[in-house]
Amino acid sequence: MEQNELFKQLTKKSVASKKDIFGKYLSLSALILIGITVVAILFFVISRGLTTFTLDKINPFRFLFGTDWQPNNVDKNNNPLVGALPMIFGSFVITLLSALVAAPFAIGTAIFMTEVSNQRGAKIMQSVIELLVGIPSVVYGFIGLTVIVPFVRNTFGGSGFGILSGIIVLFVMILPTITSMSIDALNNVPKIYRESAYSIGATPWQTIYKVVLRSAIPGILTAIVFGLSRAFGEALAVQMVVGNSPVIPQNALSPAATLTSVLTQGIGNTTEGSLQNDVLWSLAMILLLMSLVFNLIIRKIGKKGEMKNNV
Amino acid sequence: MFNSKQINKLAISFIYAIAIIVALILLFLVSNILINGIPEISWKFIASPSKTFEAGGGISVQLFNTIYLLILSMIISIPIALGAAIYLNEYAPKNDFISVLKTAIEVLSSLPSIVVGLFGFMFFVLKFNFGFSILSGSIALTFFNLPLLTRSIENSLAAIPNLQREAGAALGISRFETVIHVILPAALPSIITGIVLASGRVLGEAAALIFTAGQSSPNLDWLNLNPFSPHSPINPMRPAETLAVHIWKINSEATIPDATKISAGSSAVLLILVFIFNFLARYLGNKIYKKMTAGK
Repeated sequence: MEQNELFKQLTKKSVASKKDIFGKYLSLSALILIGITVVAILFFVISRGLTTFTLDKINPFRFLFGTDWQPNNVDKNNNPLVGALPMIFGSFVITLLSALVAAPFAIGTAIFMTEVSNQRGAKIMQSVIELLVGIPSVVYGFIGLTVIVPFVRNTFGGSGFGILSGIIVLFVMILPTITSMSIDALNNVPKIYRESAYSIGATPWQTIYKVVLRSAIPGILTAIVFGLSRAFGEALAVQMVVGNSPVIPQNALSPAATLTSVLTQGIGNTTEGSLQNDVLWSLAMILLLMSLVFNLIIRKIGKKGEMKNNV
Repeated sequence: MFNSKQINKLAISFIYAIAIIVALILLFLVSNILINGIPEISWKFIASPSKTFEAGGGISVQLFNTIYLLILSMIISIPIALGAAIYLNEYAPKNDFISVLKTAIEVLSSLPSIVVGLFGFMFFVLKFNFGFSILSGSIALTFFNLPLLTRSIENSLAAIPNLQREAGAALGISRFETVIHVILPAALPSIITGIVLASGRVLGEAAALIFTAGQSSPNLDWLNLNPFSPHSPINPMRPAETLAVHIWKINSEATIPDATKISAGSSAVLLILVFIFNFLARYLGNKIYKKMTAGK
């Protein structure tokens, strides 16, 4: 009998362990709340985006590859004109080109900060990058509207609103993102690589170009994809300068539209549940799926880079 | 042709040129915003309400809304981010469930803010019937804010040496109490830095807000502190246009004759606020760190 009591006393949970369990589950519930939120966002946006195809019976193929975007009108077969290709094309072209322009500048700045400059120069550029990150996107849009659009208009003609202005604005916006991640990638290259290169008589540039940059390729690629992903999802700054005309652009100066710009303008002007509203949600779904794709690419690159470093 | 030394010289000067161009871009942007904006800033500009169709409006209501939304969204997001970060850094076992949750956080951070805003619109504005309101807006901002805040707090916790945790264990106090009484205070400086930096980012966010907090600002009666009155500044259920949304709206609607001037002034105010927050983050971080480590 007495032994039983003792056994109970000894195996009973202590106050401390009770507190610990309480804390553990309290903090876990916060984490799970975030998980639920993400699942809810994915589920609701995707299911809302699919109503265009399930409820309104729009052919997904016509939606993705149609070039006529006039959701209020129908063609002669009474099919609504909801071809989203102009926006999908616009988003991709502007995103890819802006990353193409930004990457050399970003990588150059990152090399400057990690390999070339002294500490003071690197510190100055560090604050430059931090300040560029801090400028809000509407402010970028406003500068685009008051400086870049007139500049493009006066230099190349046209209205100034269009793909080129969008690219310039996005270039500046994603520059700090790509730069700061490239810096991390370059810093992760072991110091011994550089020392080995120098010891066999390589010049600083040969060291940078043939050794450091090559071993940092996975990290730099990740940085560029992050930049792409940010550019693809940027809404207001692009919408303010891109001209918002949903046609396939003819050249770099013609006005265009992106997924985000059409969404920004349209959601407030359509009635909930109408076809015009449903197709906008389908555009939002494409945006969401694309950001998942970018995420996947980043993971793939990360895994490859890890394997390479282990060999 | 060139020998390797000449190529080296050429390439290095090219790198210098790129860095200088990037610095000049920033210099141009900041000086452009400040030179055009600061002349528009006056007490009248900051303290008077905006106008819809005439020139001469101010930004008092938008400024207040921005700060109010920021505070409310921080009140919601800090406890959640703190909890998630504590679990991830102190408890999380290595299993599939945790790695799925980690992926979820990454996905959330990569979602375009307009998609987050649209979800908030569908879910809180329409389904829950919160309407365009400060509450809907601050929840949308919370979604936008959570992943980065969680990661920054997690990093702050991870930087605390394990010795501290072992000391707690040696004293026989629970892991959770160790976290609350030992780890969190030690990590506080860098957590605060993270929170202030996140606030700077939230200040400028607009895409997540245009369909959640709304694009209108009812006239406020500053003395009306009844939280249920539609004209009370502290009513969380009223629509609230922020400064960033204001800049976007007056430029895309063009109903105000002096939209460019007002946007220039608002941009400068917004930029100065963001800079203050960035500066504060560094200053506070340093100061608290010195105080806690008894350095001079």
